[in-house]
Amino acid sequence: MDYGSGNLRSVQKAFEHVGFAAEVGDDPQKVRSAAGIVLPGVGAFGSAMQGLESRGLIEVLRERVEAGVPFLGVCLGLQLLFEKSEESPGVEGLGLLRGDVRRLPPGTKIPHIGWNQAEIVQDSDLFHDIPDLSAFYFVHSYVVVPARPADVLTITEYGTTFVSGVEAQNVTAVQFHPEKSSTLGLKVYENFARRVTGG
Amino acid sequence: MHLKRVIPCLDVDKGRVVKGTNFVNIRDAGDPVELAAHYDREGADELVFLDITASHEARNTIVELARRCAEELFIPFTIGGGIRSEDDVRALLRAGADKVSLNSAALKDPGLIEACALRFGSQCVVLAIDAKRVSAPGDTPRWEVFLNGGRIATGRDAIEWAQEAVARGAGEILLTSMDRDGTKDGYELELTRAVVQAVQVPVIASGGAGHLDHLTQVILETDADAVLAASIFHFGEYTIRQAKEHMAAAGLPVRL
Repeated sequence: MDYGSGNLRSVQKAFEHVGFAAEVGDDPQKVRSAAGIVLPGVGAFGSAMQGLESRGLIEVLRERVEAGVPFLGVCLGLQLLFEKSEESPGVEGLGLLRGDVRRLPPGTKIPHIGWNQAEIVQDSDLFHDIPDLSAFYFVHSYVVVPARPADVLTITEYGTTFVSGVEAQNVTAVQFHPEKSSTLGLKVYENFARRVTGG
Repeated sequence: MHLKRVIPCLDVDKGRVVKGTNFVNIRDAGDPVELAAHYDREGADELVFLDITASHEARNTIVELARRCAEELFIPFTIGGGIRSEDDVRALLRAGADKVSLNSAALKDPGLIEACALRFGSQCVVLAIDAKRVSAPGDTPRWEVFLNGGRIATGRDAIEWAQEAVARGAGEILLTSMDRDGTKDGYELELTRAVVQAVQVPVIASGGAGHLDHLTQVILETDADAVLAASIFHFGEYTIRQAKEHMAAAGLPVRL
């Protein structure tokens, strides 16, 4: 989904690289007919919600996720799933998952930029053939705090332990950038594409 | 755990890699994109392309390079060299570069750092500093910022410039010792340590890598966030994999 928040070509070509087609667009009708939905994004929480709103994408997104369509959120696309963020007080998130988004605690270099490890705490086909504690590339200043422990998929250490991935039924999202995480990042997209296509 | 990075640097002139022809398994090692993809496969954490093209007319080749890299690479990459304006930065980021590295343009107009950080975010603004020791042996060490490959002194103190740049919004410092660059004698530990301790952003150590021990040494002794090297990788002396295994054996957290 394109909502004016960053260069989505890198995500698209990652899917192409592992042999799957991905379309970039902001047409609610296309989202409605998609077999799987990816919500990437960089930038601020508030302007991203604004971008989704102005394109009429919020309702269709909620509707399709509730209908069980496989969904993958990346970076800001993870944070938007929650109810609210300290980054943009007063802005309502998608609220598809319960919890909120908070700034990384002081005492470490912020933004958190670079390679860090994801510890897998829940079985998921998204991490099929990906060893526990594999490294992925992160660029962010805020982290999600899910209200339900069962939604936590991966955790990462950076001054504190934060939730770097979530999964609840058909919704999966990660804080890192698989499209910048070399071979194992591509594997994440491949695993998601297989979930979508049933292959 | 936050990992230390190994970053090969590619010097590019008119769209071609200047050094580095010793690869048997690459069709065209002069093609920066092919060489970069090779490093990605070998486990490089990130790449830096330094455009040394002199003529202004050939400058658009670097935007084209960013575009091609964005198509082929699945690790972050930085483009530096000859960036003059916010518009140059915008063009490179739009073409798919993850970060840009500013050097002489930021010295001429430090406001460029702020403008880019505000518009594009600190995470994509790297400040490159070429520093040379100017203090006499035995005196309190002092390093000055130099331009044009170490030929022009700016009179600016390197540590102060790093601090000012970070205050203005630089998200990372790429620190090259002009005394060590090309010598293979190892990184300038004292300079690197001084900058690491002076700023709250990651510092990439550069200049002087000649042996794998140099990579581990600079991280162990200065806590630099990343090591940048060119010739030890380009001439096939060591692979990225060997470098990272060497670092891991020394107890450093790296991605293998």
